[in-house]
Amino acid sequence: MKVPTMAEYMAEGKQPEVLFWVGCAGSFDDRAKKITKAFVKILNNANVEFAVLGAEESCTGDPAKRSGNEFLFQMQAVTNIEVMNAYEIKKVVTACPHCFNTIKNEYPSLGGNYEVMHHTQFLKSLLDEGRLTIEGGNFKGKRITFHDPCYLGRANDVYEAPRDLIRKLDVELVEMRKCKKNGLCCGAGGAQMFKEPEPGNKDVNIERTEQALETTPDIIATGCPFCNTMMTDGIKNKEKEDSIVVQDIAELIANAQDL
Amino acid sequence: MEYIPNILFAILLIAGVGYFAKNVKKLRRNIKLGKDVDRSDNPSERWKNMAMIALGQSKMVRRPIAGFLHVVVYIGFIIINIEVLEIIIDGLFGTHRIFSKILPDSIYGFLIGTFEVLAILVLVSVIVFWLRRNVIKLKRFLSAEMKGWPKSDGNIILYFEVVLMTLFLVMNATDVQFQDMETGNIISKHIAGLFGSGEHLHIIERVAWWLHIAGILVFLNYLYFSKHLHILLAFPNTWYANLNPKGQFKNDANVTKEVMLMMDPNADPFAAPAEADEEGEPEKFGASDVQDLNWVQLMNAYTCTECGRCTSECPANQTGKKLSPRKIMMDTRDRLEEVGKNIDANKGTFVDDGKSLLNDYITPEELWACTSCNACVEACPVNIDPLSIIMEMRKYLVMEQSAAPTELNVMMGNIENNGAPWPYNQMDRLNWKDEN
Repeated sequence: MKVPTMAEYMAEGKQPEVLFWVGCAGSFDDRAKKITKAFVKILNNANVEFAVLGAEESCTGDPAKRSGNEFLFQMQAVTNIEVMNAYEIKKVVTACPHCFNTIKNEYPSLGGNYEVMHHTQFLKSLLDEGRLTIEGGNFKGKRITFHDPCYLGRANDVYEAPRDLIRKLDVELVEMRKCKKNGLCCGAGGAQMFKEPEPGNKDVNIERTEQALETTPDIIATGCPFCNTMMTDGIKNKEKEDSIVVQDIAELIANAQDL
Repeated sequence: MEYIPNILFAILLIAGVGYFAKNVKKLRRNIKLGKDVDRSDNPSERWKNMAMIALGQSKMVRRPIAGFLHVVVYIGFIIINIEVLEIIIDGLFGTHRIFSKILPDSIYGFLIGTFEVLAILVLVSVIVFWLRRNVIKLKRFLSAEMKGWPKSDGNIILYFEVVLMTLFLVMNATDVQFQDMETGNIISKHIAGLFGSGEHLHIIERVAWWLHIAGILVFLNYLYFSKHLHILLAFPNTWYANLNPKGQFKNDANVTKEVMLMMDPNADPFAAPAEADEEGEPEKFGASDVQDLNWVQLMNAYTCTECGRCTSECPANQTGKKLSPRKIMMDTRDRLEEVGKNIDANKGTFVDDGKSLLNDYITPEELWACTSCNACVEACPVNIDPLSIIMEMRKYLVMEQSAAPTELNVMMGNIENNGAPWPYNQMDRLNWKDEN
């Protein structure tokens, strides 16, 4: 696995095609790290010249802003922008819809202007350019349902890129009753990931898992490390972890390519 | 003596429209208590949104049953109101069905015929609406915030519509001259028989006519006191709605100033703030009361017709949490009304009443239950944005009161210390590369 850093590129006087913004979950969360690696393997396989910031990357500030700490958010944002601008970064790809949304929508007015893509959009563009081929061998005939991340879907109107990729896997894409614009949140957004839910009669991820189970899927596909955690927990709660897997689209593709 | 009805009519009309105008002024003043926000960019997109969403009801019909019935009532109401124009002219000048004298019989008949058919369709729809609210007991009409006045308000509007439509049909059915024209009385001819024949018909017709116009004026004035204001405010509300991606939350410019100062290596930390006294008190972060919100958010609150689609889509509400985006909007409106009345009572200035939107209306528990998923914003048929209010109030809780839930404070502490919401060392960010 080749994971060059921006510093290394800079030392060689070169500029990568794209910066891969790994994000905190992708860097530290054991489950999300697998998604990160799967995505890197696909990039390596497609000979994409990418780089990461490594230790120079810091939280985008999304959970701080959604918690109401605008000051902390802007401190994070301005620091990150300074680093990215110093490297003259033009294009960013990330496997986290929260990082995606923040860098794409909230960094420009603070001086950070980049072309920002969610990894599903980026993979779709590789596919369209013929740099990536997806064969669905391993998955043929499986039922897959896709859980729309709020910060990719409703927040940024990206619904088709992940679905186009899933369809390439020769699988049966089954939609949940609540999908796309009407998709139900996994329960992690707005900094809920980091706290206990308020009193209620159910956890949001259980409700969403039940909706996913209605489609009797073999696989629940996700496009967000936090959704992935929530849905995985939901499946465990329903004791379905032996028959249903929760995987990020990057993992599905890496799997299909035997990477 | 023969002019008395005309004069009475003019007085009724002036009183009805005048009182409404007075309340509209009050409404404008209350909305303008909000902070300034510029929403004048991209007018073509804004006109398009207004045409599609408010006029074209495009988001209404996403729920087909309620949407279809609503379109019927909406079209019916707008078109039947053309008839009001005739009533006003007749009333002011003492004519009778002036349009029938101007327009060819066939066209007049077609117009009135259309109104009559629509009136029946409106009646049917309104009855279904009533059943949905009172008999079928749809979940979203039973929430805690829908008890008391909001429930009565919903029903009163429906009763108004039943009465107005009935009066319109009765007025036509008992109008001997109109019935004799044998054109346009498609519906009313079937009920004309109920009233028999004779001189009393004229009296019934006059009574229905007067009650109809009086009813319309009363209804017009009822709007200000009701959730029904949406029939007017839906238009500006969709025009001024946010056009940016829903995930983009505004960056607070005051915070940017401070952050930039902190990041500037040349800034002198001991320098006296330059012209700091210009604006007096430092700006408050976030919102604890309605005056801290912007005017579009306040207009949102008056526009809300409490349909509850936001709440029924809200993940927190669906799983039994206290948060209801509809209640956020209703609370904002109720508090704004309270502030407005306070200003009226105190000769134009607000006198602190020891209350605020936060705590007295909206509790932190509601605010912290939000996942910021935008389902409420997406669901609103007139583009109201409850999420932006929730976020402003969270900002107040955190930045002015340091009142975040403990776990969130821990998370924010981690971001401050090591650049991640979890306590991992920033230097370890790339360790995954070498792990198996």
